[in-house]
Amino acid sequence: MSALAPSLVKPARLSRSQAWARSKEVVWRHPTAVIGGVVLVLLIAMALLAPYLGTVDPQAISPVRRLRKPSETYWFGTDMLGRDVYSRVVFGARISLAVGLSVAILATTIGLAIGLITGFVRWLDAVVMRVMDGLMSIPGVLLAIALMALTKASLENVIIAITVTEVPRVVRLIRSLVLSLREQAYVDAAIASGTRTPLILLRHILPNTLAPLLVQGTYICASAMLTEAILSFLGAGTPPNIPSWGNIMAEGRALFQLANYLIFFPGIFLSLAVLSVNLLGDGMRDALDPRLARNM
Amino acid sequence: MLGYTIRRRLATIPVIGMVALFVFSLLYLTPGDPAAVIAGDIATVEDIERIRQKLGLDQPFLTRFWVWASAVLQGDLGISIFTNLPVTQLIGQRVGPTLSLALCTLIVAVAVAVPMGVIGAWQAGKLIDRLVMLFSVAGFSMPVFVLAYVLIYLFAIDLDWLPVQGYTPLREGFWAWLRHLILPSIALGTIYIALIARITRAAMLEVLAQDYVRTAHAKGLAPSAVLLGHALKNAAVPIVTIIGIGIALLISGVVVTESVFAIPGIGRLTVDAILRRDYPIIQGVILLFSTIYVLVNLAVDLSYRFFDPRIQY
Repeated sequence: MSALAPSLVKPARLSRSQAWARSKEVVWRHPTAVIGGVVLVLLIAMALLAPYLGTVDPQAISPVRRLRKPSETYWFGTDMLGRDVYSRVVFGARISLAVGLSVAILATTIGLAIGLITGFVRWLDAVVMRVMDGLMSIPGVLLAIALMALTKASLENVIIAITVTEVPRVVRLIRSLVLSLREQAYVDAAIASGTRTPLILLRHILPNTLAPLLVQGTYICASAMLTEAILSFLGAGTPPNIPSWGNIMAEGRALFQLANYLIFFPGIFLSLAVLSVNLLGDGMRDALDPRLARNM
Repeated sequence: MLGYTIRRRLATIPVIGMVALFVFSLLYLTPGDPAAVIAGDIATVEDIERIRQKLGLDQPFLTRFWVWASAVLQGDLGISIFTNLPVTQLIGQRVGPTLSLALCTLIVAVAVAVPMGVIGAWQAGKLIDRLVMLFSVAGFSMPVFVLAYVLIYLFAIDLDWLPVQGYTPLREGFWAWLRHLILPSIALGTIYIALIARITRAAMLEVLAQDYVRTAHAKGLAPSAVLLGHALKNAAVPIVTIIGIGIALLISGVVVTESVFAIPGIGRLTVDAILRRDYPIIQGVILLFSTIYVLVNLAVDLSYRFFDPRIQY
């Protein structure tokens, strides 16, 4: 086995032309996923490089230049306080992406831990799954609203609130995977050879849950960005002093007939960000789970 | 069968109980002093104390839960902090608009999504199928309020065909009622359509690959008869399931849609309650919506046998 192992782990190096052919094949098979990936990378670059993209202080108020229409000087116009909407939208990418990524990482990690343990410890399973059933019966946005109504508005609290709504879905997924994996012959073999439960979980179960978890994580990221925008739009999200896309749109609401660009520009960016993450998720699902990919 | 029906119905009780316990204990689980958060920044010590007493935060948890839960079972969801009116009364006044919106959306969504999915599966791989798939990914990515504003801009402001916002009760005329619901239903329904169309397509593809579909084609049945009579009927179970699960999206979306279109429904009540941190209302609305969600999915579960008589519970 050990003689075989290296060749399994380390595939032969691809020559340059082979690598090129391989990547052409990937693009050809999943063009939408590649587009999604590229757009997402661009958005991340935009978020990271926000101060260098011709932006001004997104919070700088200038009452003289209130509600200017989009023009050469103010690409996306200015809002009712004279703040530059372009700068606010570019900096807003930071908030959306940060919320999406943090929730995806937190929810998958917590869900993975709970799912692994409940899938293996029978008596815990019943209790935890009833709690998860209860949590899943509360529509996500409403649950996040309730959590936000009881805590101070802050970015951390938004992330925690959205994470709470996403964890049960991850637990469900992991638990169902664990339940089928633990019936596999190699797990029986591991038990028979006296491997302790934590080691079985870590070495034999965990690696098999990672691919579906990664796909689920992408979808969670997309859904978290949407939920953050909805919460901010309803006034239950990120504090108004932070220029998130949802906040910019919330402030533009009352002025929609006068200055629709206050809604449309952040709206376009938000939709684009969510779309790119969703496309990436679909592509990864197709690549990692061919069985599901056929029909979806 | 009867045994299963009864067991399945009984099983919803602990789930709803769990929701109630959770919604109730949020007040205690959240860090910090909820009374102070609800009272706001300019509250005096007396204000905070008054809210604490009103919410019963000065009493032990279990005592308070017992009092609250038995009141809920008798249809009493507590008193709003801001208006001092019973929460049940506030919700009761606003059921009409929300129910109208939800039903319109449900009808629009199912009427559009199921044919979309069927056609997509039938023409799998062709242009129209690609378009269906594109729509279902895009529909999933567009926030309901952005879509709502695009629709308002196009059809209410630019073309001036439909009202920008507002709501007219059904008793003031069917057309007036419907006119105000068209844009909100499309905005709210899009994500739901995307979800149902996607699952319908997947379920149909699976069924269309079956032998009996080939047989049906071979014996010379019209494509529509095969699609609707043989395939769709057998694909019904996953479709009905996703319609039930998707109700959660509908409920979350109602809150946003009502607030964009100024529809005076339960969603609007919730948003006003958020801004005033009127927790008893939020609590009541969540309990109500979650119960509806659980019951709808119970109905879906029990309907499986109607669609597929082979299912043995």
